[in-house]
Amino acid sequence: MLHLLFLVPLLPFAGFVVLALAGRRLSRGAIAAVGAGAVGIAALVAIAVSIDFLASPPAGHAFGQVLWTWLSVAGLKVQVAFYLDPLAICFILIITFVGFLIHLYSVEHMAHDDGYARFFAYMNLFVGFMLVLVLADNLLLLYLGWEGVGLCSYLLIGFWHKHWYNGYAARKAFVVTRVGDTAMMVGLFLLFTQLGTLQIQPLMARAAAAWPQGSALPVAAAALLLAGALGKSAQLPLQTWLPDAMAGPSPVSALIHAATMVTAGVYLIARTNVLFDLAPSVRMAVAIVGAATLVYAGVSALFQVDLKRILAYSTISQVGYMFLALGVGAWSAGIFMFITHAFFKALLFLSAGVVIDALDDEHDIFRMGGLRTRLPVAFWTFLIGAAALAALPIVTAGFYSKDLIIDRALQSTQGGFWLWLAALVGSLLTGLYAFRAVFVVFFGPSRTEPRAGFRAGLAVRLPLIVLAVLAIGGGLIDIPRGWAHLQKLDDFLAPVLPAATLRHGGLAAAFWTTYVPAVMALAGIGLAFLLFQRRRQEAAEAQTSGAARYFLGGWGFDWFYHYVFEVPFLWFAHATSNDLFEPPVAGLAWLTRTGWRTLSATQNGLVRSYLFVIGLGVAVGVLIVVLR
Amino acid sequence: MILVALIAWPFIAGIAAWLAGRRRPELARWVSALAMAAGLVAVIVEWIAKAPDFSLTGHGPFVASVHVAWVPQLGISFFVAADGLSLVMVTLCYALGLLAVLSSWHEVTERVGFFHFMLLWTIAALVGVFTALDLFLFYFLFEMMLVPMYFLIALWGHERRVYAAVKFFLFTQIGGLFMLISIVALYVIHGRQTGVYTFDYLQLLGTHLSLAAATWLMLGFFAAFAVKLPAVPLHTWLPDAHTQAPTAGSLVLAGLLIKIGAYGMIRFMVPLFPQAAFRAAPVFMGLAVLGILYGAVLAFAQHDLKRMVAYTSVSHMGFVLLAIFAWNTLALQGAVLEIVCHAFSTGALFAIVGLMQDRLHTRDMDKMGGLWLAAPGMGAFALIFALASLGLPTLGNFVAEFLILLGTWPVSEPAAVLGAVGLVAATIYALWLVQRVFQGRETPALALPDLTVREGVMLAAMAAPLLWLGLYPQPLFNAVRPGLAALQQRAVRAPTPTAPGAILLSPPAASGSSTLNAAAAQPVATDTSDAPAPGGAQ
Repeated sequence: MLHLLFLVPLLPFAGFVVLALAGRRLSRGAIAAVGAGAVGIAALVAIAVSIDFLASPPAGHAFGQVLWTWLSVAGLKVQVAFYLDPLAICFILIITFVGFLIHLYSVEHMAHDDGYARFFAYMNLFVGFMLVLVLADNLLLLYLGWEGVGLCSYLLIGFWHKHWYNGYAARKAFVVTRVGDTAMMVGLFLLFTQLGTLQIQPLMARAAAAWPQGSALPVAAAALLLAGALGKSAQLPLQTWLPDAMAGPSPVSALIHAATMVTAGVYLIARTNVLFDLAPSVRMAVAIVGAATLVYAGVSALFQVDLKRILAYSTISQVGYMFLALGVGAWSAGIFMFITHAFFKALLFLSAGVVIDALDDEHDIFRMGGLRTRLPVAFWTFLIGAAALAALPIVTAGFYSKDLIIDRALQSTQGGFWLWLAALVGSLLTGLYAFRAVFVVFFGPSRTEPRAGFRAGLAVRLPLIVLAVLAIGGGLIDIPRGWAHLQKLDDFLAPVLPAATLRHGGLAAAFWTTYVPAVMALAGIGLAFLLFQRRRQEAAEAQTSGAARYFLGGWGFDWFYHYVFEVPFLWFAHATSNDLFEPPVAGLAWLTRTGWRTLSATQNGLVRSYLFVIGLGVAVGVLIVVLR
Repeated sequence: MILVALIAWPFIAGIAAWLAGRRRPELARWVSALAMAAGLVAVIVEWIAKAPDFSLTGHGPFVASVHVAWVPQLGISFFVAADGLSLVMVTLCYALGLLAVLSSWHEVTERVGFFHFMLLWTIAALVGVFTALDLFLFYFLFEMMLVPMYFLIALWGHERRVYAAVKFFLFTQIGGLFMLISIVALYVIHGRQTGVYTFDYLQLLGTHLSLAAATWLMLGFFAAFAVKLPAVPLHTWLPDAHTQAPTAGSLVLAGLLIKIGAYGMIRFMVPLFPQAAFRAAPVFMGLAVLGILYGAVLAFAQHDLKRMVAYTSVSHMGFVLLAIFAWNTLALQGAVLEIVCHAFSTGALFAIVGLMQDRLHTRDMDKMGGLWLAAPGMGAFALIFALASLGLPTLGNFVAEFLILLGTWPVSEPAAVLGAVGLVAATIYALWLVQRVFQGRETPALALPDLTVREGVMLAAMAAPLLWLGLYPQPLFNAVRPGLAALQQRAVRAPTPTAPGAILLSPPAASGSSTLNAAAAQPVATDTSDAPAPGGAQ
């Protein structure tokens, strides 16, 4: 079965090609069948391949498949080749399976959109590029997938292209992430020039052999790759594109946040963990960026009024947790968080999509309310998603993954008190903003009534239910070591990702790391109940204060970038729009033309003036001779 | 003889088209299209037939050549030859010639026969330029091509066509004159040294020159080729010429004419004066980076759609200039690929602009918007070519620009980084183009019928090579490798180690007095010597 691996990315691409070429001639049913079917079959193939892999692990816990030689120039030999190992398996399963659920949801959710075929074409392309990204055996092919998902995010965020703002948001996503991508490309130059290959496994081996830990080259290379990861994963300071990315349809947000795109940075760092191990300062930076981002985004989320923007900031914050885990060397904990996050974040976006759809595109949470009874499916699924997001102890998947990260932030030899504290604060904030949304949207008095006759169909309900089950039970693949020996994921990933080195902590440490986070999460939820359920009115009014507006705008990052980058660029572009190098040329032309006019004016055919000039010449000549 | 036939064929077909056009305009179109198609098929057949030879040693880098004395008293001969590089350029000539004929099917309605005569003569001269190895012949064809191109712009252009045509002519002509001085000076110096007065490029390669003399002569060549390329600050003729030219003119300009600059530098300037060229490399690489960034900013700032596309050419040609002065296999292979891909991607954008102007009677982007709804097919193609322009992987331009920057990195890290910044700038202008024309609110005043079948096929024919070269460019690399290797052996760039364990990216030096002739007689170096070894393995 392993040799069918190439079908996993190929099927979505094939779906894209069919829809792009024939989409306008296909019926809606056929479009849905092709669009969702391609990803569904890819998911089945991915599952079959994974089962085969698990049943009889190939030598070295990795399976490689070469399709063709992309290019071979002067020692740079790059193949279109896939590399399947436990890390890649985690990603392809999530991408195809969650991706399929999102496609299924879209079949109904987007049913009345004019660009039905275009939508599914882009979605398939998105899944295809993401699969290439995680299966690539070399960094150049990874970069192809990396840029490809950037393109698809652009296409899908700007899907409703009639509105100017959507186009703006789409371009912003592409350009901001491309800034990071370009730094990553420079990292590729550095790695290839120094180590002579871009194939990931030999590259890592050579790096480990050639570079001493902490020397300048691995630090530079890791920092450049990190810049790429910051862009795609929307971490500080390149996070500004993600909140605006909400301009796209809800399933797109689910796909970007859960299965594709945003987690690419996490994948890249995990994949090149050897390099990051050689650059302790950069790995520290990963942890610090993660910790800073999770607090930053948590606070921002607390002040958003757009339901989807709350979720967008929550993604930035949760990916911050993943970065924190990677930074402290808890590689598998970061991947665990990626898996559970994919379940509950897809769930949250899809149920939010139902709410927004039912209220005729209403995004403002303060104009919602009381939807608990009117939209029960959305309520229960959103509640489960929010509970998992807030890491409600024991009963949700989010608890197991987040608890592990907070634990490692303190216990790992690369962790520390401040990182741990930031993670705890983040935990409190998460409970607070997640349940702020729950209470404001689903409880209290009703403000906007759902569209008459609105009812979510089976294609919408089924993905919601499946994801809700996973958001609850998905954490059981890896439970705390103190409880029982059930660390399936950790064991599975062990051949690829080294285990975190832990400090020798006593019982006190175990107490602080296991129970305090649980208490913080509960405290956050309780606080949300007090603030937003009990005192709804005040909460709504507080939204107009200056501080609230500051956090609503994402702490002024957009403002800063606008004045530091956009304004000077626009000014320069405007000032030079007629080409700075044109005036000298035009001047030369003017000089020639004026000279020609002057000289041809002398040739006027009047004997009188000719005689005058001759006379003048003679006079001047005589004068010169006489005066000498 | 195939080369002579390939040069003569468009000349003959041009006359035939003119005569046919006097009876019926339609006939001129068909004659030209069929002639170009037949030529294209012939080149491709030749390519396939000779393909195994590309890697054969003993035949030298040239797969075909013709050498006939022309003016023996002055050492002038009709010497044409093609290696992989030339063959790529000749193929491009015929491909774009065909596309140029197809793109003017509805646009050109006056003096149709004469138009196709001019167009085909331009193609003929271009084929000659890309194969000539006698410097006099090269200069002759280089100048000859200006005349029909001048008329294409001046007679069938848009509102300011005469101004643009004169500007184009003067810039190229003056640059060419500097090159003529250099050619004659080289001829005289070589004659005095050896007693053999000849314009034969292969013999002139061995000329010993003082560094000062070489620098002056090199600058003469640079003047001509930098104007053509165009390199900032000598680019100002290009936006005017492009904007005013008919679509076919823009296609030929962007796809072929400006490529003479790149080809001339690779074939003539650097191999003839390697030391002088490499000594000046930092300056020229600076100009290249300036061109990449400045062209991108100016492209963003334009309101005229065609002018905008013209400035993107300035930006892309900056990459080619960068590669030429980096002068290692990675960068040069990237440059050749960029030459080919840019011809299709930018050519296609010009074709789309031409179609839009035909339908909307404006090129002003401020008056456009939301056209995707009316013409989704056109929008989709514009999007594809805009994405090629911004260097999206899976399309050939990405591979080209990646290789160029990767090859530039060991030579100059700042130049590579700034060049990479150019990719961000390209993203900004390319997406801005799509936004302003195809997205946003509809403009009901504009009626834009979507692509016809002929137009759709034409654009698809331009997108297909980009996809092919983006996913499997190896055949192209294999074809041009022996030719490039021979040129690189002739002009060896001293490696500039940037870090301990930095790799040698160029073939090792050939013995001092060897010429391309000698190098050609020797087995062509395989590329293995280029392979970077793992560095710094202490």
